[in-house]
Amino acid sequence: MSDIPSDLRYSKSHEWLRRRQDGAVEIGITDHAQSALGDLVFVEVPDAGRSLKAGEACAVVESVKAASDVYSPVSGQVIAANEALATKPELLNEDPYGEGWLFRIQAVSPADGSLLMNAADYAKYLADEAE
Amino acid sequence: MGLRTSLYDTHVLQGAKIVDFGGWEMPLHYGSQIEEHHAVRRDAGMFDVSHMGVIDLQGARVREFLRSLLANDVGRLKISGAALYSCMLLPSGGVIDDLIAYFVSDTRFRLVVNAGTRDKDIAWIRSHAEGFAVSTVLRADLAIIAIQGPNAREKTVALLPPPQRAAALELRPFRGTAFDSWFIARTGYTGEDGFEVMLPAVDAAQAWNALLAQGIQPAGLGARDTLRLEAGMNLYGNDTDENHHPLESGLAWTVAFEPGDRDFIGRQALQSARLADGGNELVGLLLEDRGVLRSHQKVVVAGSAGKAGASAAPLLGEVTSGTFSPTLNRSIALARVPRTAAPCVQVEIRGKLHAASIVKPPFVRHGKPLIPV
Repeated sequence: MSDIPSDLRYSKSHEWLRRRQDGAVEIGITDHAQSALGDLVFVEVPDAGRSLKAGEACAVVESVKAASDVYSPVSGQVIAANEALATKPELLNEDPYGEGWLFRIQAVSPADGSLLMNAADYAKYLADEAE
Repeated sequence: MGLRTSLYDTHVLQGAKIVDFGGWEMPLHYGSQIEEHHAVRRDAGMFDVSHMGVIDLQGARVREFLRSLLANDVGRLKISGAALYSCMLLPSGGVIDDLIAYFVSDTRFRLVVNAGTRDKDIAWIRSHAEGFAVSTVLRADLAIIAIQGPNAREKTVALLPPPQRAAALELRPFRGTAFDSWFIARTGYTGEDGFEVMLPAVDAAQAWNALLAQGIQPAGLGARDTLRLEAGMNLYGNDTDENHHPLESGLAWTVAFEPGDRDFIGRQALQSARLADGGNELVGLLLEDRGVLRSHQKVVVAGSAGKAGASAAPLLGEVTSGTFSPTLNRSIALARVPRTAAPCVQVEIRGKLHAASIVKPPFVRHGKPLIPV
C-alpha cells in the first residue's frame, strides 16, 4: 500500500501538490508513481521563470526502463526547481513527498489546487485503477 | 491472462512486479532493478528464462540440416554438450531469430530460441526439416534458470551431489553437460560467468528456492536488459530483426563464410552485402550529457572528413537499444549508423541534440568497465 499524506492534493496523473506557507505551491510525484516507475536515473525539471499552464508537460522522470512526463497540476510561473535531483535522482524514490520534490510555482490562482483530489479520493482512485 | 512459466507463483510470492513480455507474464524486478543488476555484477543473480523455446531436433541428417539452416556452422561442434551462437536467416539475409545450438549426439541437437519468435521459428524450422527427415519437438516440459555472476557457478553447484560438482565446475565456456534430468551449460546473457540450467518444469520452484537459499538474488527482465546491453549483446526485435542482415547488426562474427561450399540460407545475400560499399553498422554509443538514450531516437552523424561531393545534409542513424548503465552511471546504447560515421555524433532526445561518442562494445565485462567514462 503506498503512502498518501493527508495534507496534500493529488492529480489523476499522480502528481502531488502542497500549498506552502510562503504562498507558493510545491509539486512532485506520488509514492505510487515512483514505485510504479522503479529506480529513477534521470530527472529533468523546468527552468525557473518558465510559465506553465495547468496540464502542461513540464518535467521528465526517467527510470531505467522508460521516460515519463510530469504535468503541472496548476497554472503559474516556476520559481524554483529541485536541482539536487540532477545528481541524486534516487531522492525521488527514497522521499517522494520531501527531498524528492520537483518544482515550485507561483500559481495564478492557488485555489485551483483545491479542485484536485484529496488523500481519501486519491486512495480510492488508486484502488479503482488497480482493478 | 498471458502465458506463465512454472515459476510464476514463486515470483509473485517473492514480490515480483509482473509485466507482459511477448505474451508472457514475467518478472520485471523484485524491488530494485538496479540492486539486481549490481548483484549479478558483484556476486550472483538468477533469472527465470523458461519463456524461451527449447526445441529438440532428431534425425540421422540433423547436422547436415542445421548446416543449411544456420548462418554459423554447427560443423564446428565436435564434443557432446558444445554450444554455438547463430543467426537463422531468411534468403534476404534478414534475421528470423538468434539462437544457441547445442550438439548432443550425431543424431540429436537442441536449439534455444527467443520467446517472442518461438512460433514463427518452429514453423520455419519444420518447413525445412521435412526434406532432411529431421523431427522437431518443442520441450514445453522444461524450465530454464540462468544463474549469473562471479559467484554464480560456486553457489549453483552446491545443489548438485558432490561427485557432479567438480564436473560442473570444470565445464568450459559454451559447453554444457547433462546431470540426470538437468542440463547445465556455461552460457549466459549478462557478460558475467555463470550457468544456464534446463530442468523439468515440475522441479523448477524447488530448485529456485534452493538457489535462493544459497544467497542468489532473484533478478527480473529489467536487470537482464541493462546487463546484456552493458555486455554489448543484441536483443532480438531491437538490435536484430528481419529487416537487417547480421553484417549491419554487429553479428558478422557469427556468420561462417568458410568453408565456402556450405550453402546456408541467406548466404548469397550476405556475400553481396559484404562486397557492397557503404551500408550501415551497429555500434555502441556513450552519451556525453546527462539523460537516457532510448530505442528509436535519431542519431545525427557527420560523414568521414574530406569526402568529395558529400552533400551537406547530415547522415542519420537510429538508436536500437538504449538504457542507463548502472555500472558506468551513464547512458549507453547500441545504434545503427552509416559505416562512414565520425566518432562524435549527436542524439535527438525530446527535440534537443545531445553529444554522444561511438564506442566499441562491450561496455562492461566480468564486472569491469571497458569504456573510459
